[in-house]
Amino acid sequence: MIDREQVLHVARLARLRLTDDEVERMSSELSTILDHIEKISELDLEDVEPTSHVVEVENVLRADEPRESWPRERILEPAPDAADDGFRVPSPGQ
Amino acid sequence: MTELAQLTAAQAAEKIRAREVSADELWTLYRERAAADDLNAYMWVADEPDAGDGPLAGVPLAVKDLFCVEGVPSYAGSRILEGYRPPYTATSVRKLREAGAPVLGKTNMDEFAMGSSNENSGFGPVANPWDRERVPGGSSGGSAAAVAAGSAPWAIGTDTGGSIRQPAALCGIVGLKPTYGAVSRYGMIAFASSLDQCGPLTRDVTDAALLFRHMVGKDPCDSTSLEFPEEIALPSAESLDGVRFGVPPELTGEGIEDGVKAVFDETLKKIEGLGGKLEEVALPHSPHGIAAYYVIAPAEASANLSRYDGVRFGIREGNGDLLSMYEETRAAGFGGEVKRRIMLGTYALSSGYYEAYYGRAQRVRTKIADDFREAFAKVDLIVTPTSPTVAFKLGERTDDPWAMYLADACTVPMPLAGIPAISIPGGLADDLPVGIQLAGPAFSENRIFDAAYALEQAIAFEEGPWRDA
Repeated sequence: MIDREQVLHVARLARLRLTDDEVERMSSELSTILDHIEKISELDLEDVEPTSHVVEVENVLRADEPRESWPRERILEPAPDAADDGFRVPSPGQ
Repeated sequence: MTELAQLTAAQAAEKIRAREVSADELWTLYRERAAADDLNAYMWVADEPDAGDGPLAGVPLAVKDLFCVEGVPSYAGSRILEGYRPPYTATSVRKLREAGAPVLGKTNMDEFAMGSSNENSGFGPVANPWDRERVPGGSSGGSAAAVAAGSAPWAIGTDTGGSIRQPAALCGIVGLKPTYGAVSRYGMIAFASSLDQCGPLTRDVTDAALLFRHMVGKDPCDSTSLEFPEEIALPSAESLDGVRFGVPPELTGEGIEDGVKAVFDETLKKIEGLGGKLEEVALPHSPHGIAAYYVIAPAEASANLSRYDGVRFGIREGNGDLLSMYEETRAAGFGGEVKRRIMLGTYALSSGYYEAYYGRAQRVRTKIADDFREAFAKVDLIVTPTSPTVAFKLGERTDDPWAMYLADACTVPMPLAGIPAISIPGGLADDLPVGIQLAGPAFSENRIFDAAYALEQAIAFEEGPWRDA
């Protein structure tokens, strides 16, 4: 069971502002989903290695050669607010 | 009925090369159809063809909105990216353009590829061309609907838990989820990076092989991509002599609706009729696939989607400090399902819960992959229905997230194991298409295409809106 307080805590971690309605709904929906997911706790998984990547590749390296980077103005183009060759954002505040 | 529009993509490419059909004529036909689309399948339609010469020259390609195309609106179905025109093009799209296929348009999709019905798009749902009151499946619903309706000769989409195969099944077309790493993910807007793969959605198996041939290859911009170990051949098998098919009871029994089961059983008879051998194989952990998937995919998504913060691209909201800009932008830009998955993933990765959820899910993933490995020691391919049901009604499952998630029950185990699988039309149930799924070991795409082709000839599925369009 995910209560209101937990929902608000996770929402803060995820940088999501939820309306009161959304908090209500999230609490009940996440609880239902997690109930289903918890079935995997019935499995015996001792000594089983976790899989984070399905194909075996390791140490994929490339030659460390200088190459041209993207032109600054092209990367700044889609920005909601670009100024002085950078992304302008509000002050982080106190 | 336009004869030109009845050609498969491979036939059209051949006729263009033989100068029996002009590329201009084909472009105009599909450009007009895409612009007139009334299924909400397209997000954007091109004015002019943009590709060079090559083996696919002149055959227009519909591209899921998840792919970045330089200068072209690429929103991933999300309001948070509204207005975004990327400064670069995805490798897979670039390769297909270089092979000659011009980008016809960008297709609608579930927001950030999260969904099985296309109802999670920030730009409205897509209608299934077989029955406009039903969903086309998702998340590549726009690509599947466009190909099925005949407003595109072929398309590309992406599959994380079934997002190519399930809509292909629900729209009566062919869709392939390739081996993980076979196709570069560079420029594909990330959902769950350890699962995402892009692949073809086409009218037939030959078209899928042809399109796939020009997508594969190692890309220096995607360190998880791999060189495909062999040439992709166009399929030609007429029999299934000596091919061993595994039938897993876990994915072919419980939860499969009767009409789908009937078509599936009929298909098994056709496999035997073509000389294929059927054998029961066990995939004991695959019923836990959905649970493991709905930990792993949201966990990866919660990290991948942290980049949408109003700083570098897309929309920006809030008029206070930096934190309120992040929170307001994400509150305004993300839809309900995306928020749900970000919350689920953040929770699963949060302090104290990591091992119980993410750690366990990754171990289930190992067991699912081991099951397949053991099965493929006995059989060449595994056959199942693609979707437990035919296309459902719009709105039918939107209030019950878990019921929606179960739409991927048969397709989720394969990406968890990184293996390829194709969906081909097997027949009709209640006048709606039923998909048959063939899965094989990593890099067995040629074998899959051959078997799917032989089966396609035997099934002789000659229905579909595109045939009458």
